[in-house]
Amino acid sequence: MPALFDTIAKAERIESHRPWPRYAVTAASWRQAAHDIAAGGATLLGLWADAAPLPTVHLAAIDDPTGDIAVFSLACADGQFPSVGALHPPAIRLERAIHSLYGYVAVGTPDPRPWLDLGCWDVRHPLGARIAEPPAQSAYQFLPVEGESLHQIPVGPVHAGIIEPGHFRFTAAGETVARLEERLGYVHKGIESLMAGASLEQAARLAARTSGDSTVAYGIAFAHAVEAALGIEVPPRAQYLRTLMAELERLANHFGDIGAICNDASFALMHAHCGILREVVLRAANAAFGHRLMMDCTVPGGVAVDLSLDGAAGIDELLRHIRRRFPRLVELYDNTASLQDRTAETGVLRADLARQFGAAGFVGRASGRAFDARKTPGYPPYDALAFTVPVLTAGDVNARVWIRIREVEQSIALVEQMLARLPAGPIAAPLDAGAANGEGLGLAEGFRGDVLAWVRLDGGRVARCHLRDPSWFQWPLLEAAIEGNIVADFPLCNKSFNCSYSGHDL
Amino acid sequence: MRRTLFESLTQPPLTEAPPAADDAALAELAAGVERAARRRLGRSLAIRQVDAGSCNGCELEIHALNNAFYDLERFGLRFVASPRHADVLLVSGPVTRNMREALERTYRATPDPKWVVAVGHCAADGGIFAGSYAVVGGVNAVVPVDLHIGGCPPTPSALLKGLIALLEGAR
Repeated sequence: MPALFDTIAKAERIESHRPWPRYAVTAASWRQAAHDIAAGGATLLGLWADAAPLPTVHLAAIDDPTGDIAVFSLACADGQFPSVGALHPPAIRLERAIHSLYGYVAVGTPDPRPWLDLGCWDVRHPLGARIAEPPAQSAYQFLPVEGESLHQIPVGPVHAGIIEPGHFRFTAAGETVARLEERLGYVHKGIESLMAGASLEQAARLAARTSGDSTVAYGIAFAHAVEAALGIEVPPRAQYLRTLMAELERLANHFGDIGAICNDASFALMHAHCGILREVVLRAANAAFGHRLMMDCTVPGGVAVDLSLDGAAGIDELLRHIRRRFPRLVELYDNTASLQDRTAETGVLRADLARQFGAAGFVGRASGRAFDARKTPGYPPYDALAFTVPVLTAGDVNARVWIRIREVEQSIALVEQMLARLPAGPIAAPLDAGAANGEGLGLAEGFRGDVLAWVRLDGGRVARCHLRDPSWFQWPLLEAAIEGNIVADFPLCNKSFNCSYSGHDL
Repeated sequence: MRRTLFESLTQPPLTEAPPAADDAALAELAAGVERAARRRLGRSLAIRQVDAGSCNGCELEIHALNNAFYDLERFGLRFVASPRHADVLLVSGPVTRNMREALERTYRATPDPKWVVAVGHCAADGGIFAGSYAVVGGVNAVVPVDLHIGGCPPTPSALLKGLIALLEGAR
C-alpha cells in the first residue's frame, strides 16, 4: 500500500461509500495527499465537487500496481480549498472546471482562468450558488508566447471535418508548432446539472449520451457506481453481455481510428478497408442487441436486452470476417514506407508525462503506462478471461496505431471466449432503489481509457453524479506531444489521441 | 498492397447497389436520391456538417455515410470543409449556449440558396438535454430548419432517407 493511503488511513472513513473507501480529511491531509500524488506515490483518478450536504471537494487516487483506490473529501464551507494543481499540473483543468461550475476557489492555483464557462450562460456557478447573471464579458487570455517571427493560427470551434467542436490556438515559428493551447467547453450541455434529481433510468440515459463513441463504457461505469451504492449483485449473464458489448465497441472504434489516422496521412486505402470493418461490427452489434452503438443496452442492475437468437452466430461470423481481413491490413500498414514516414517519430509523448498525467488507453500504453481498468482494479468477467494489455514505449503516432492493432487482436480473443462461455440466467437484477441513500464509485475501461463515475443517491434518486472521461488527462498531453512538430502533422497527432470533446465538456 | 488493390478490382463492390435484393429499402433510397439530386442541383450537393453540441453519436453515423456500404458520393452528395462551399448544413446536437454563436456564424457564411437539416432527437428540441442552463434547445431555436431527421442517433439509412425528403421538398 502506497504511502498516500497510509497517511490518510487514520482519517475518518465514510461508511456509506462503496466499494472503495472514502475519507473525510483535514486541509493538512488534503495537502499531504496532493504532495504524495505529485511525488508519484499514486495516480490522480478524479477531482470534483459537491454542493450538498455541505460544499465539498473530492479527490480520487489509485495505486497503479495494486489497484487500491481511495477518495479523499475536504469540506470547504468557505468555498476555498488548497490547490492540488499547484503541485500536480494534471489537476489544474479539473480545478478550473470546479471553479466555473461551483465557484469554489483552489487557493494557490497557477491558472485561475475559467474552464467550460465560455461566458455564454445566464448563470454563474450553475452547480453551486447559481448567481443569476451572465459572467462579466472579458476576452479569454491565451497563454503568452514570446519569440522572434511567431505567428498564431486559430482553429475552430467549427473544424473542417465531421468532428466535434473545440478551439485550438497554435503559435508557430514557420511550420513548427511552438505552442498549442486548447480551449474546450463548446459542447458543454450541463449533464451534471441534469443528473441532479434524476431517476436512475433517466440518469443512465444521460450517462449513455455523455460521449457517444463510448456509450457502452459510460453505461457500465455508471452502472458500476449505482450497483456499488445500492449493493446490487449483477447476474453473471449480464456481466458477460455488457462486456461483450464493451469489446464490440472497442473493436468498432479502433477500426475507425486506425483508418482515420491513415487517412490523415492521405492513405485512403486503409481508411476504406477499416471503414468496412467498422461497419460490419456495427451491423453485428445491431443484429445482436438491436442498436448499432448499443446505446441504453447497459442499465444499472444488468443489461436491458438479451442477445438476439441469431446474435451469437452473427458475432461468430464477424470474428471470422475480421480474422480474414485484418491481418492483411496490418501488413499493409507495416509495409507502406510512405505511411510509416508520417507516423513514426511524429507526436512523441514522453513516458514521464504519460505517467504523471495518468494517461489511459492507447495514449498511456504507447508511452509505457500499462494501466488498464480491466486488470486493475479489474471487474468481472475480465478476471475469468485470458487477455494481455499491450504496452510500447516509443510514444509516437505509430505506437498509438500499434497499440490499437494489438488491442483489436485481444478483443477478438475476448469476444470469442465470452461467446463460448456465456452463462445462462437472468440478464438483470431487480433494481429497486426505493428510498435508498448511498454513494458509489465505478470504473470501466472504454476504448480510450478508464471512465470514472461517482454517484451520491438520495431517496432512490441521483443527487449528484460526476463522470470523468479519460480525455481530461489526455487533452493536456496532446499539447505536449505536438510541440516541435509541423502544423500539417497536427491532424495526424490529434486523431492518434482521439480525445473526446463531449465526454470532456459534459 | 498489390493483393488488396487487385482484389478490389476483381471482386464485386460492397456498395449496396440500388437493385440489391437483400436490402431493397436502401436500393430504393439510392435511386431516389440520384433522381432528385440531379433535377435540383445537377449532380452536386455539398454538405457541411456542424456539431452544435451533440454527444458525437450522430457524427459517427454521418461518417458511416462515406463508407463502402453507403458510399454517399455516388449520388453527388459530398461533405465539404467550409460552409462557404456548402448547399446544406447538417446540424447535430442540442444547440449549446457555448456553440450558438459559432452556429449562427456558420449559417451566415453559407451562401444562398441553402438548407438546414437538423439531425437526431436532440437537434429537434434539445432532447434529453432540454432545460439545461447550458442548452438553447433545438437547432430551430437558432437557425431556420428545413428538415428534421430523427433517431438517437439516426442510422445511415435514415440519414439517406432524410436527404431525399429534403430534395423532394425543396423542389
